[in-house]
Amino acid sequence: MEALSGAQPIPLVALVGNPNCGKTALFNVLTGSRQKVANYAGVTVERKEGALLTPSGSRVRILDLPGAYSLDPLTPDEQVTADVLLGRRAGETAPDFVVCVTDATNLRQNLRLVLSLKRLGLPMVVALNMTDIARRKGIVIDAERLARELGVAVVETVGVKASGAKRLIEMLDSAAIPARAAGKFEWHTPSTADIAQDQAEVRRILTAVGADRIDGVTFSDQLDAVVLHPVAGPLILAAILFLVFQAVFAWAQLPMDAIKTGVDALAGWLGHAMPESLLKGLLVNGVLAGVGSVFVFLPQIIILFFFILMLEESGYLPRAAFLLDRLMGSVGLSGRAFIPLLSSFACAIPGVMATRTIQNPRDRLATIMIAPLMTCSARLPVYALIIGAFIPQRTLWGGLQLQGIVLFALYLVGVASAMAVAYVLKRAGAKARLQTLMLELPVYHWPNLRNLAIGLWQRVEIFLSRVGTIILALMVILWALSSFPTPPPGATGPAIQYSIAGHLGSWLAVIFKPIGFNWQISIALVPGLAAREVAVGALGTVYALSVTGENVSGALTPLIAHSWSLPTALSLLAWYVFAPQCLSTLATVKRETNSWRYPIIMAAYLFALAYLGSFITFRVATALSSLG
Amino acid sequence: MKLTDLKTGTQARVVSVVPAEGVAALELGRRLAELGFLPGEAVRVVARGLLAREPIAVRIGTGTFALRLFEAACIRVCPEQTPAA
Repeated sequence: MEALSGAQPIPLVALVGNPNCGKTALFNVLTGSRQKVANYAGVTVERKEGALLTPSGSRVRILDLPGAYSLDPLTPDEQVTADVLLGRRAGETAPDFVVCVTDATNLRQNLRLVLSLKRLGLPMVVALNMTDIARRKGIVIDAERLARELGVAVVETVGVKASGAKRLIEMLDSAAIPARAAGKFEWHTPSTADIAQDQAEVRRILTAVGADRIDGVTFSDQLDAVVLHPVAGPLILAAILFLVFQAVFAWAQLPMDAIKTGVDALAGWLGHAMPESLLKGLLVNGVLAGVGSVFVFLPQIIILFFFILMLEESGYLPRAAFLLDRLMGSVGLSGRAFIPLLSSFACAIPGVMATRTIQNPRDRLATIMIAPLMTCSARLPVYALIIGAFIPQRTLWGGLQLQGIVLFALYLVGVASAMAVAYVLKRAGAKARLQTLMLELPVYHWPNLRNLAIGLWQRVEIFLSRVGTIILALMVILWALSSFPTPPPGATGPAIQYSIAGHLGSWLAVIFKPIGFNWQISIALVPGLAAREVAVGALGTVYALSVTGENVSGALTPLIAHSWSLPTALSLLAWYVFAPQCLSTLATVKRETNSWRYPIIMAAYLFALAYLGSFITFRVATALSSLG
Repeated sequence: MKLTDLKTGTQARVVSVVPAEGVAALELGRRLAELGFLPGEAVRVVARGLLAREPIAVRIGTGTFALRLFEAACIRVCPEQTPAA
């Protein structure tokens, strides 16, 4: 370790600003790829810190505080910002210096926060951001005059240009950031009258600097006339959502297949190259299968977040929330819940990660909780197997296929139960208080490629380093459960039957008897926890089929059609609509909610629903078939 | 008149913000003020939702916010005398 005692502590500079002021873009310019994304302790608010190396070679830590309209917090984001600035957030050092980022085209709104911060007495500079856009709009702000009127230094910045923060960097360099004044900062919540007084001051300053101007109908307005139109708006939204859904569902297929093929090939090669041993089992069926099941989600996550970041950066996402607010609100969800839920049809993991765009923590939690009820693509192999074996290929009137209708019904049951659960969550929550919306619809922007790339990389990194490690660990544990103890010499049944998973399965068979599952199904459900589609392969193992891979399903179909009753099959279908047969999803929920509480609640309620659903299905189907 | 009664596209100015009674109302009033809904500010309804005309998108000063009807109903406005559009 270097001797740190003699060195100056690295100064901490906080970026503060209203939401949508281009703060994060400026943060990206200041810190480039030297960023660390984590969560603030105890909350799910994202904490972004980066390092700036100034031209003179000194280091500055830059903290990108969450967007805030005021220092009197109403959202968790604002709570964090206020607490950090006031030096009362545990585990966070108060910043030495504040850069208050303002949108030059929206000073009328942004300057009130500047006045509040000034009152707080922290050393600060105002970054007059987006001056390029302002200039294009014909707004020329006299920065020197603004600095004089505010009594605070002002620098012009352009957050979307690599060189746009030059003057700000020079300032952070030369400022020789003063040591933070000791003592706590006092803050008194202003009354509405105080805010009105601030606004009068803002108006005076705006007049003085020649920026007191309100545009009539802007380009954004013209776009909004179409995008928010009662008829055209929903049509455009539907088209965009369809594109996103298509992309996540279909475009990801090729790279996902490539990853699967690659991992399979590697496993096959290892299988031949290595002698039969425990290590080989661990490597091939534990580690490699685990790594594979982590990487296989990447294409969907990248594609989904590419679209989400595009929609967010351009300013469309809040408009989509506007259009869907009433519809989703009827079951107690936010309009922003739509994209996470839609992508959960492909896979709940990117869906749960996408709930970060929902600011209200209660709405976000409700969305996370119901995301697994959207029928994900991993259920399809299981559905296809059972439907193929039990539902006759019959064409009903209108050319509709019975098998297709059953599949559609399974999707529908998932959606309907998700809505029902959301409704119950809303009722169970705090007294039916009127939920506020107050959602800003920012001016439209072209997405900036650099910000897009940085944002995308951060999602990938979070997924691989935090979710991926949990998934990998769980896969290895599951492999161990299915492999140990090894079958005794002379054993006749399949190896899995003698393992811990096998024993678990035979205990489960007792529990699952009332819903019609035999012991083969019960055992297959244990390794099937890894991922839903694994259950198909596991059934193949339990029935000691000699075929592997793609052919398992084909070989299983006549076998189960013969040995299971129709009520059992229907019961298993119902089970898969609800059951949280996916540890990866639970691992993601753990990461995203920062606690074990919610994944445990989720698993419990989904298992309960699954058991109930299967029980009812089995009993009703049994009764009906005895009638017929 | 209430902001909710203002015709889409008509320029107006905020007269006052009068939240309904209750503790939450005080906070609602302050929040609206913090977003810029303050007496004298220019205001205009940009768009309305499809179902039940909710939410409504409102231009306040140079910013735009989507509000629920109960939020917008707290805001009293006075239409500007503009040349007939």
